[in-house]
Amino acid sequence: METTTPIPAYTFKDFTSDQEVRWCPGCDDYVILRSMQKALPDMGVRKEDVVFISGIGCSSRFPYYMDTYGMHSIHGRAPGIATGVKLANPNLSVWVMTGDGDSMAIGGNHFIHALRRNVDLNIVMFNNEIYGLTKGQFSPTSLLGQKTKSSPYGNTQPPFSPGELALGANARFFARIAGNNPKVISQILIEAHQFKGTSLIEVLQNCVIFNDGCFDSVTNKDVKEDKQIFLEHGKPMLFGKDKEKGIVLKGLKLEVVTIGENGVTLADILVHDAKEKDPTLHQMLVRLEHPMVTGVIRSYEDFTLEEREDALTAEVKARSPFTKTDDLFFSGETYQVK
Amino acid sequence: MITEKIKIEPEVLEAVVVRFVGDSGDGMQLTGTQFTDTSAMFGNDVATFPNYPSEIRAPQGSLYGVSGFQVHIGSVEVSTPGDNVDLLVAMNPAGLKANLHALKPKQTIIVDTDAFTSKNLEKAAYATNPLHDGSLDNYKVIEVPMTSLTKEAVKDIPGLDNSAITRSKNMFSLGMIYWMYNRSTEHTIDFINKKFKSKPQLIEANTKVLNAGFYYAETLELIPNSYTISPAKMREGTYRIIMGNTATAWGLLAAAEKAGLELFLGSYPITPATDILHELVKHKHFGVKAFQAEDEIAGITSAIGASFAGDLAVTTTSGPGLALKGEAIGLAVMTELPLVIINVQRGGPSTGLPTKTEQSDLMQAMYGRNGESPAIVLAASTPANCFNYAYEAARLALEHMTPVILLTDGYIANGSAPWKIKSVSEMPEIKNRKITDSTEKNAPFNRDPETLARNWAVPGTPGLEHRIGGLEKDSITGNVSHVPENHQTMTYIRAEKVRRVQENIPELKTEFAQSGDLLVVGWGGTYGSLYSAVKHLNKEGYDGIGLAHFNYINPLPKNTAEIFSKFKTIVVCELNGGQFASILRMNFGQFEYTQFNKIQGLPFANDELTQEFKKLI
Repeated sequence: METTTPIPAYTFKDFTSDQEVRWCPGCDDYVILRSMQKALPDMGVRKEDVVFISGIGCSSRFPYYMDTYGMHSIHGRAPGIATGVKLANPNLSVWVMTGDGDSMAIGGNHFIHALRRNVDLNIVMFNNEIYGLTKGQFSPTSLLGQKTKSSPYGNTQPPFSPGELALGANARFFARIAGNNPKVISQILIEAHQFKGTSLIEVLQNCVIFNDGCFDSVTNKDVKEDKQIFLEHGKPMLFGKDKEKGIVLKGLKLEVVTIGENGVTLADILVHDAKEKDPTLHQMLVRLEHPMVTGVIRSYEDFTLEEREDALTAEVKARSPFTKTDDLFFSGETYQVK
Repeated sequence: MITEKIKIEPEVLEAVVVRFVGDSGDGMQLTGTQFTDTSAMFGNDVATFPNYPSEIRAPQGSLYGVSGFQVHIGSVEVSTPGDNVDLLVAMNPAGLKANLHALKPKQTIIVDTDAFTSKNLEKAAYATNPLHDGSLDNYKVIEVPMTSLTKEAVKDIPGLDNSAITRSKNMFSLGMIYWMYNRSTEHTIDFINKKFKSKPQLIEANTKVLNAGFYYAETLELIPNSYTISPAKMREGTYRIIMGNTATAWGLLAAAEKAGLELFLGSYPITPATDILHELVKHKHFGVKAFQAEDEIAGITSAIGASFAGDLAVTTTSGPGLALKGEAIGLAVMTELPLVIINVQRGGPSTGLPTKTEQSDLMQAMYGRNGESPAIVLAASTPANCFNYAYEAARLALEHMTPVILLTDGYIANGSAPWKIKSVSEMPEIKNRKITDSTEKNAPFNRDPETLARNWAVPGTPGLEHRIGGLEKDSITGNVSHVPENHQTMTYIRAEKVRRVQENIPELKTEFAQSGDLLVVGWGGTYGSLYSAVKHLNKEGYDGIGLAHFNYINPLPKNTAEIFSKFKTIVVCELNGGQFASILRMNFGQFEYTQFNKIQGLPFANDELTQEFKKLI
């Protein structure tokens, strides 16, 4: 039902439920929660039209803390539920809140197919490279050799890179952000909301209990200028304290250069094109380790599943002689018994 | 079309069972369907049973590649596709070998002699040609060189390739059968014209071959007689022939229209349930959203999402798929969302017998979930009443805010029968529990005091924002609750809610004797077999036998014990090891139950039932 009344001027309080938040003290999940509650009033969406769907894990407690519609469902299956919600009512703003265990392991199949189909969903993945809720086993993003409760001698299973997996599954929108940067998180949540299609946001989220400091080497205040590059569409790929370093393409590889050294000028630096259809360069950026690429890496507008379905339904309806089920039942080969 | 050559008056038969067999690819399903439809339009009652291998295209001529289609047509009520065959049409030696056991002694076989080559005989493991070695002396064998006659019939049609010629030979056999049973070819000619609209040579070829078969039978002195089966006495109305899976799909369409909701199907292909998906994807004109998911779990979870968002949500599957959906059904039980889950049962366990029928998923439907997780369980019993029970499943799910599992099976799902068409206006009302009143805020688990069904506040409704999920919840607010007493309360509420559905379903009715020596008890797709066996015994004078057939399994109808108490012996007949009998023992332990079980991937045969019942009297 479309209404024309203006959308109320919400504050973050309107999106805060009466439930006590129960994450470990110091967890980045609080940052993501507050960033979401602060971003929602700026999205131009009615609170009754917002739905949070989650699976199982620490991240998946998220819907309880939002004063919107929500469902805390079963392990790894949130993308399926969210797809059903969105197809049933395309007017809703549907969010999947998930973790690296929930979406990369038990829910891997649903995750890749949601991206492939491009339903207009927003998936926020809290990646802490560990299973938190089950108390410290390695996850599909844990590092090789990492010692955990289920890998006391070191993890022997090589990790997924969520971004690479997502782009391989034809994700049209992929962003990566540090979990300790609320302003950037809010900004990118809004961008994801505005993007039509499945958007995936990977948040590098520290687990203070089982994997503390897992992203320190790129997210700590004193190193992040040099270890992270924040990409913006249409802007040169620069980083460093004085934006003196940049990324260039050499052959089939990305390389870090310093402006002013070896004759490198600003003009040599790659300009970020998030909207490019061909994901090759986005893949390379996702793979880059030093610096780690953050920001919106890919944002390529494509038809959504519901748009394709709507168009096809309209076409079939226009051609069909049936308006009600009786028309079908009494059509074709029927006969009379008298 | 009838010429003066016919001197004999057609013999009048009450009912006849015809089985068409050949290679998968020989067009036996189509031949059978055409004969069925033509007979139905003539006014006969009909019941069909297609039987085909699980391979897509098994090697030609092999025994395991035989595809068959059986049809029972009658001037009297026909409730099964029949056990024993009166006429066997065998397009090759393998078909003959694999099906001869079903043919009644002295009855007729029509064979394509062209297919009885030494190579085909070898493939069918015949040491000698059965047409010549005397092994068929106990039958009337009509030998027809169908392939060469077909070639001859179409030799003047230009531009017809060899495979088109070979493929049209099924029309030759059909033409012969039409003459034998005194049927017009008109319906099939219409069909050919429509099917090959853009291919005039194929219209010409198939029509010529059909007529050639008809005239051949007419002139063939080998056919000793022609038969007729008078129209059956059926209730007045408009009918069509419908397959169980189609009827299921249409029942859902009718329910969505009646409830004023959009229909959402989340499904993953699996035999023998897939035809429900195939049917519903066609109906985008009714706004049906049929979503083919990446797996069974996504099939049901997408349906749960659609239900949360306010659609009439359905998922369809067969046994192995139901196993995968178990956890999600638990979520639907916990969140108390309306959801229709259709399980078209096949032989199990595991992949089991994918194309064969069985009733062995009953316990899975009842209990195949973690925790105490009650759901409504229904079972359809005929191809045509799949319509009613799919509708009923939707009605109960929406009115009671709970998942409903509807069991059908391969036998009724693939079988077809006349369906007296029901207009949506004739169907019972369906009330859904959607609310918009924002004074219900923070009370998503507020219930109707009578049914205990909760309200349905759907996303998009202002003021009713709430969270649900798989964790145990407070009985009113729906907030997560680990309070021990609350869990017990909620467990009882969920069970009691399903129990109270008894007030919203009809009482059990007994057919034939209302009290007496033996009560035959069955459920689901065995209805036709049990009905005809009990009817048969009644005709023989055994008048103390009653039939109680269940469509409502959980909860059971409230007069069940009362009916059981009126009979000396109760026999529970099932195509499994005794699952329903166990449920009855659990619920009505005061009675003794005898079991009759068959687990062969096949329906009950009339003889085995009647012999068993006679032993029990």
